Amino acid sequence: MENFNEGCELKEFQTLEGHSDRVWSLAWNPATGHSGIPYVFASCSGDKTVRIWEQNLSTGLWGCKAVLDETHTRTVRSCAWSPSGKLLATASFDATTAIWENVGGDFECVSTLEGHENEVKSVSWNASGSLLATCGRDKSVWIWEVQPGNEFECVSVLQGHTQDVKMVQWHPTMDILFSCSYDNSIKVWADEGDSDDWQCIQTLGESNNGHTSTVWALSFNTSGDKMFTCSDDLTLKLWETDSRRMQSGNEFAPWRHLCTLTGYHDRTIFSVHWSREGIIASGAADDCIRLFVENNESLVDGGPLYKLLLKKEKAHNMDINSVQWSPGEKRLLASASDDGTIKVWELLSL
Amino acid sequence: MVSGLINANPIIYEKKERRARPTPTFTDDGAAEPIDQQEIFDHIRDIKDPEHPYSLEELKVINEDAIEVDDQHSYVRVTFTPTVEHCSMATVIGLCLRVKLMRSLPSRYKVDIIVAPGSHSTEAAVNKQLNDKERVAAALENPNLLDMVDECLAPSFG
Repeated sequence: MENFNEGCELKEFQTLEGHSDRVWSLAWNPATGHSGIPYVFASCSGDKTVRIWEQNLSTGLWGCKAVLDETHTRTVRSCAWSPSGKLLATASFDATTAIWENVGGDFECVSTLEGHENEVKSVSWNASGSLLATCGRDKSVWIWEVQPGNEFECVSVLQGHTQDVKMVQWHPTMDILFSCSYDNSIKVWADEGDSDDWQCIQTLGESNNGHTSTVWALSFNTSGDKMFTCSDDLTLKLWETDSRRMQSGNEFAPWRHLCTLTGYHDRTIFSVHWSREGIIASGAADDCIRLFVENNESLVDGGPLYKLLLKKEKAHNMDINSVQWSPGEKRLLASASDDGTIKVWELLSL
Repeated sequence: MVSGLINANPIIYEKKERRARPTPTFTDDGAAEPIDQQEIFDHIRDIKDPEHPYSLEELKVINEDAIEVDDQHSYVRVTFTPTVEHCSMATVIGLCLRVKLMRSLPSRYKVDIIVAPGSHSTEAAVNKQLNDKERVAAALENPNLLDMVDECLAPSFG
């Protein structure tokens, strides 16, 4: 890994226009961006549509390849690709989650998951693509099993949060689910038995040095032994678990608070995403993108564990709702904003 | 008499005199006059209370001094005072204020809407809800609530 202590620049590569309302979220297709396969990502918006964007290999620029409309009747809040990149799940305020399949370049809605009482706010696939999780304003988290023929069976409805659940995210390697909420907490869920007996096995709240306001998002490092969370309390928090105990699989390895990045953000932090190389990006309501890296000097002088690598002021004209690093070889970051645009950035070392 | 209203007999205050706004002037570089307290107040003073035929100004739910504006940093904070401290209409009033400013101010503006400290029994909960843009967005997709907001806002688009 390169030394990011030296100067670097987040260079705007392209601004993508098309959505007619705020862009809430975006997701890179994990099966693209390598072996000559052009980069693809999906975005979703308050305009009730999902857009698929594909990079043109000769010009290097992204264009809108498809608009997925006339399915969701309200805001599409979140989207997620299955690990194979073949299916796209979209969660909507219309209380449904739609599953889309790419059939010869056209996206067809092959399944609609119903069950939440009202707004669905987030959707996530597990590492193997066999399970899907959703969450919403009804305070519940649902786990769905993927069956042959694009059937999805709900195997568990998890109650525990006392307010709406903002985001669900599966662990990158294990079938452990994480959720974060308007109730200021993060909950960890696992299947304790062998009969879909999903339980909350840990709650990270204020008494564990947790957040003091809504937790909007969370992101893991590649190995899955560390997690950053971001909040309306204007902080990012880093949590860690014992990776050896976690991988042994015999017992649950609890998560503990490691450090808090405070004083960097001026308004709500809506998104945090950890790159493969260990660069943490945050997107916030102050229109800025910030990048953080591990502080190599902290072991020597006892300083902070993470430090600000750069701050991109006015990255968008309005709130930034989502920041996502690309898969593949390049160091690309995409951001989605209330200003209705998506921007693709490239991190360049100087 | 049993009344369905939260506050059946609110006190009505006199409206503040309308000061004439100077004609917008433009400086040499074409920049408009900065947005000030009075301009924000003019945007919201005529919003109708959700349960009374009076404006928020007449009920002293809002007043000019409870508006903080920093045009250079594109920031507005409106502090409002519900007429009774258990007012269940507080979130609707807050939503009306937010929507009116969202529709009236340049998009660069960041807006915070809060209830006056000590003026509401569930102050923290009301403030949290009003400043969660996801919940605001969801509320505005609810046709009944949107109708209610639009009705309250109608007199303010004079």
